[in-house]
Amino acid sequence: MASKRISSAKELEQLGRDIASKADPDKRIVSICTMSVCGQSRGSGAIAERFAEEIRRAGLEEKAEVRQTGCQGFCEREPVVIIFPEGFYYVNVEPDDVPEIVSATLSKGELVERLLYTDPTTGERAAKESDIPFYSHQMPIVFGDNRRINPREIDDYIGLGGYGALSKALFQMSPEQVLDEVKKSNLRGRGGGGFPTGRKWETTRNASGETKYVLVNCDEGDPGAYMDRSIMEGNPHSVLEGLLIGAYAIGSHEGFIYVRDEYPLAYDNTIQAVKQAEEYGLIGENILGSGFDFRVSVHRGAGAFVSGESTALMNAIEGRVGEPRMKYIRTAVSGLKGMPTCLNNVETWANVPLIINRGSEWFNSIGTEGSKGTKIFSLVGKVNNTGLVEVPMGMTLRQLVYDIGGGIPQGNKLKAVQTGGPSGGVIPEQYLDTPIDFDELTKLGSMMGSGGMVVMDEDTCMVDTARYFISFCCEESCGQCSPCREGLRMLREILNDICEGKGQEGDIEAIEDIAEVMQDASLCALGGTAANPALTTLKYFRDEYEAHIREQRCPAQACQALTCYYIDPALCTACLICRRNCPTEAIYGEKGIVHWIDQEKCIKCDTCFQVCPPRFSAVRRISGEPLPEPPAPGTRVTREEKG
Amino acid sequence: MTVELQIDGKEVRAEEGITILEAAREAGIAIPTLCYHTELMPHGTCRICSVEVETRGRMRTVVSCGCSVEQGMVVKTRSPRIDRIRKTLIELLAPTTAVDGELGGQMKKLAREYGADTHRFESRFRDRPTRCILCGQCVRYCDEVVGEHAIGFMGRGVDRRAVFFPEKAKACVTCQACFNLCPTGKIPSETDFVVFDGFSVDDYLAGEL
Repeated sequence: MASKRISSAKELEQLGRDIASKADPDKRIVSICTMSVCGQSRGSGAIAERFAEEIRRAGLEEKAEVRQTGCQGFCEREPVVIIFPEGFYYVNVEPDDVPEIVSATLSKGELVERLLYTDPTTGERAAKESDIPFYSHQMPIVFGDNRRINPREIDDYIGLGGYGALSKALFQMSPEQVLDEVKKSNLRGRGGGGFPTGRKWETTRNASGETKYVLVNCDEGDPGAYMDRSIMEGNPHSVLEGLLIGAYAIGSHEGFIYVRDEYPLAYDNTIQAVKQAEEYGLIGENILGSGFDFRVSVHRGAGAFVSGESTALMNAIEGRVGEPRMKYIRTAVSGLKGMPTCLNNVETWANVPLIINRGSEWFNSIGTEGSKGTKIFSLVGKVNNTGLVEVPMGMTLRQLVYDIGGGIPQGNKLKAVQTGGPSGGVIPEQYLDTPIDFDELTKLGSMMGSGGMVVMDEDTCMVDTARYFISFCCEESCGQCSPCREGLRMLREILNDICEGKGQEGDIEAIEDIAEVMQDASLCALGGTAANPALTTLKYFRDEYEAHIREQRCPAQACQALTCYYIDPALCTACLICRRNCPTEAIYGEKGIVHWIDQEKCIKCDTCFQVCPPRFSAVRRISGEPLPEPPAPGTRVTREEKG
Repeated sequence: MTVELQIDGKEVRAEEGITILEAAREAGIAIPTLCYHTELMPHGTCRICSVEVETRGRMRTVVSCGCSVEQGMVVKTRSPRIDRIRKTLIELLAPTTAVDGELGGQMKKLAREYGADTHRFESRFRDRPTRCILCGQCVRYCDEVVGEHAIGFMGRGVDRRAVFFPEKAKACVTCQACFNLCPTGKIPSETDFVVFDGFSVDDYLAGEL
């Protein structure tokens, strides 16, 4: 086989043009997210196979092809099928819908109305992605190419101008100019801390040391967050290109990509991307004939949340246990193997080619004074449209939750938004007009974090929320230093007790005391921030803690030990629905006889509450007040069932 | 090369590159430690030796065993903040360390000095007391000085334990260097001179530690 090596900027440009011109403009592309593990679990693979089969059967091979892509963002309506060039957008597609899409859309360019997105409030159908509110408020500069490329095909990336920024950096800019451009862009680290990327690069560049390393941190592990996975699965070349540009600016010739073990597809796609880039000579010696050498290894993580901490990650790459070490000397000066090391998060690297291509001025035109560019969030929890969203910095949390997220299911009221994962905190409803910005979120006691955003409604107990995150860290802390290990252990016990109605006076003060010592004295940032979920819930929802401790009442009626279920005899129509659905047969009653719950048998699973038809609303949750006496056996229904 | 710094109001001249702890001890200023050992690389995990430092107008808390001295640094080894850190750490470590509710050795001394209520979190401590504060002196001494690597850490978070590796522990019967290092006395009192008995990686995996 002839060498695929591209040996000059010109050849790269020519290849890009060739790929673009080879693409038949009349050929439809069926884009399906089979290259994301969540898409796969929702059956996207079967749909892609069915498309291939139906296209063949209809003899449309020349007119249409399937493109396997990474995550497209709108996870709530997965599996999604997008048909290019029109951009027709079909949601919740099943394999049996495929023949109709093939015969209507692929053969005749007609829409299949019933598969279009329907706005739940207006009832209007949206034919294209841009017509869907979930997308129309976004600014997908980093994430947008996911739907257009197969991450296993480097040509797809090059066809969209990929590696053009690398070529520009190598041939039209000096390393200093590249560094200067990134500094001027004011890009800040997307992994959570928000440290200025250019400054980190500069420190590494200026540090003394023959060998310098550049690293990609893909050890994302915040509960509910999957931004980095989706970039790594869906567009690994964008990260590679950013890494190469960074290495050139810093003067590094070796890099590592640390991918957590729980991301098998991201790992595979990264390996494949590196291999293809090597074949093209985009990684290796004398890249594009520029004289710049760079090699990269992909390191598979060993499954610990704490390994995402910079020094722990470096320990892991060195072959040691992935535990943090003291860093009174910055890793930019003494990092991997004691050498100057620049570690950036996946999303940070993916921003770099954009900045080089379009300039720092363009990048500065997006965002707020202190936070430039966009941020990808995984919008999850009690929100109608869950998924990955990319928005300009400065958008308010309210716009994000309501305009993009479509608000709270069942018309419930929003209570708080949790950002920043286990290191972050909750932001209550009254601060929903806060713009998304590194500094603004920190001011509220939370943080940007890597982009996890969990929406919580009135049914969410804030003490229980703190307990969840503290328990998470109890298991995920490395356990080396005493404030983090013992502090978390005790916070967990205290919060467990409070949720079970065994809280005591003085518990709130003890939580604050422990949290302060953890912040002041922990070895790494995990310990230093692990108490934030407890501190912010205390800051904004202290009354909930007090209700649990003093009144044995859970205001959200979510803590099982403090909540009972009761069927109001005056409202019950004896419809039998709750009785039939109760998994422990704790509900008694029959047709015409009001139902009642045997508290001894009840496991508080909430099923009866959920299945009782809203027009009756006879099942009540009760917390902090005495349970009314059950009706006398055989009490007849008094309420008339209306229509 | 030497640098000048101030520790607890005292002007101190120290060799560049040494730690705050070393400089303080040379100047006759005591800082308590639990995981520090002069023959071992600083581990910085007990955090008892935390001190407040001010450099270039910026105040922060660091562990003195791991942070190097700097020209013009102002160090406070005692302050309300530092005393509170030490007091709370002793209170948090007490339930896992105490035998019959009583602390011994260095822990007892520290509890008295910092006014720690060693029973503060007792009723809330529901795990099995291990009598180990995970200072790692035994592990590191065996690695760095003895070179046998017969002890190591297992698990993470609240499940972290120091354990013996039986197949590596042949030399332990005669060595026993770690016996005198253990600040809580766990190793000499629990091993009965057959060091890996009841204290091994197998016991950990069986959920008995």
